[in-house]
Amino acid sequence: MNFFKIIDQLAEVDPDVLGRLDSRRAVFSSLTKVSKRAAMASAPALLASFFSKAYAGTNAGDPIEIFNYALTLEQLEADFYAKMTNSPVFGLQTPAAQAAINQIKKHEDAHVKLLTAVIKGINGVPTTGNTFKTTTFATLTTFAEQLKVAQLLEDTGVRAYKGRAGDLLGIPDVTITGIGTINPLQSALQIHSVEARHAAHIRYMRSQTPWISGTGDLDGDNTYKGSIPESTIIQSKVDLTKQLGSSYAPADAQASFDEILTKAEVLALAGPLIGA
Amino acid sequence: MSDKIQPRGSDDTSFAQPLYMPIKRRSFFMYAGATAGATALVLAGCSDDDNDSPVAPGAISLGTGDLGVLNYAYALEQLEAAFYAQVVKTPASDFQANELAYFTQVAAHEAIHRDFLKAAINRDVPGKLLQDLTPNFSSIDFTKRTAVLGAAKTFEDLGVAAYNGAGKLLKTAAYLVIAGQIVSVEARHAAYVRDLITPGSFAADDQVDVASGLDKAMAPVDVIKAAQSFVTQQLDASSVGK
Repeated sequence: MNFFKIIDQLAEVDPDVLGRLDSRRAVFSSLTKVSKRAAMASAPALLASFFSKAYAGTNAGDPIEIFNYALTLEQLEADFYAKMTNSPVFGLQTPAAQAAINQIKKHEDAHVKLLTAVIKGINGVPTTGNTFKTTTFATLTTFAEQLKVAQLLEDTGVRAYKGRAGDLLGIPDVTITGIGTINPLQSALQIHSVEARHAAHIRYMRSQTPWISGTGDLDGDNTYKGSIPESTIIQSKVDLTKQLGSSYAPADAQASFDEILTKAEVLALAGPLIGA
Repeated sequence: MSDKIQPRGSDDTSFAQPLYMPIKRRSFFMYAGATAGATALVLAGCSDDDNDSPVAPGAISLGTGDLGVLNYAYALEQLEAAFYAQVVKTPASDFQANELAYFTQVAAHEAIHRDFLKAAINRDVPGKLLQDLTPNFSSIDFTKRTAVLGAAKTFEDLGVAAYNGAGKLLKTAAYLVIAGQIVSVEARHAAYVRDLITPGSFAADDQVDVASGLDKAMAPVDVIKAAQSFVTQQLDASSVGK
């Protein structure tokens, strides 16, 4: 592998390539704990990160921003479940229902703790105080109403992580004191699938399909809309209902792929729920 | 590092040009935005360290780079789709209410995943699609609900761990998003099946780490090792994503 050959070729078409790379060096200031050797081992990804920062501008790569975004949602969820378990109606539920909410809460608390440590570990400042508005929670007077919100929060979380995965691609491993070495993208994916398990269970508790097939009582909520709605049946320009050799029902096509939400869409959904 | 197989953008013919040609400004900017392009540039810098990954004798290699990851996913989806097709074709006599209806939906999801990956690989990397695999489900008693649920849990949890571990191996963001769109559906399936086996076990402590709240992630070779007994052909995942 010859980096000079690559840089030479770039310089032929863009004389300022070195200046661009240098001026964007700040990109890596947050990754101070990454060893040089590890960085070189993932050279293609690292180089990609250079290019996306030097030329693409907004297409991501700031792990502090991404993890703080995730932490915002996790804090909201964790506080929501804390309010649920402290609610007067909670003790009236079946042991199974209580156990499920406690198990989910345990994970959200762990996610908050993990993301906070990761952000500190890459020299960032973790966001704080993203609680579920007390006045909004007070309107959820029954367990059923609380579960509705839980479903929307979980399905939003699934869509939110999915929407930022591409931004974490190529960010090298980071070593965090007390946790060890993690790959930021993989950790995000490992949280993402837990959120999907939570969503499936809460939907099941509510007698909905565990997957989003367009038949649910909340499927008209904005949580399932957005620039790429959950009703989408075309993936990567392929119509899943009629371009796959066999024909498939639209409900199965839409349920077989979950969809992303952009950061702006997620904040529009979750923002109004955050407050004192 | 092999430069023989690279995924090509479906509508980006510039990827077909020899990589050692001087880079023109226009095509350079096409490269600059894409991680795949960056990898191609790195490969352009490689001229004499070409070495093919070793393949176990008689085994079918799933391939290298992004193609390897796509074929790896295609192998797993072939397996899952075949499993649920059999579940629906010969339903367990003791399935409870709604279970067959739900498994019919799951069967459709997995068949769509399989057929979609097949279409995407054929479109983006023509001629490199993994062959049809012959499943071996002789260890599963499809007449018994317990056996079917146990196998379904194995497949779904394995699928989740497989996609979770493979994401970081991809170079192309678009493929990563697709993988993310599929894995959360697999996680929904896994949660459902787990709840049927033991109510409330959708994300139990044996699957989700208590301290970190993280689901499992597995490397391709480990996943294939776990899945190998269900496939007649020997599979080699050692070069997936490399």
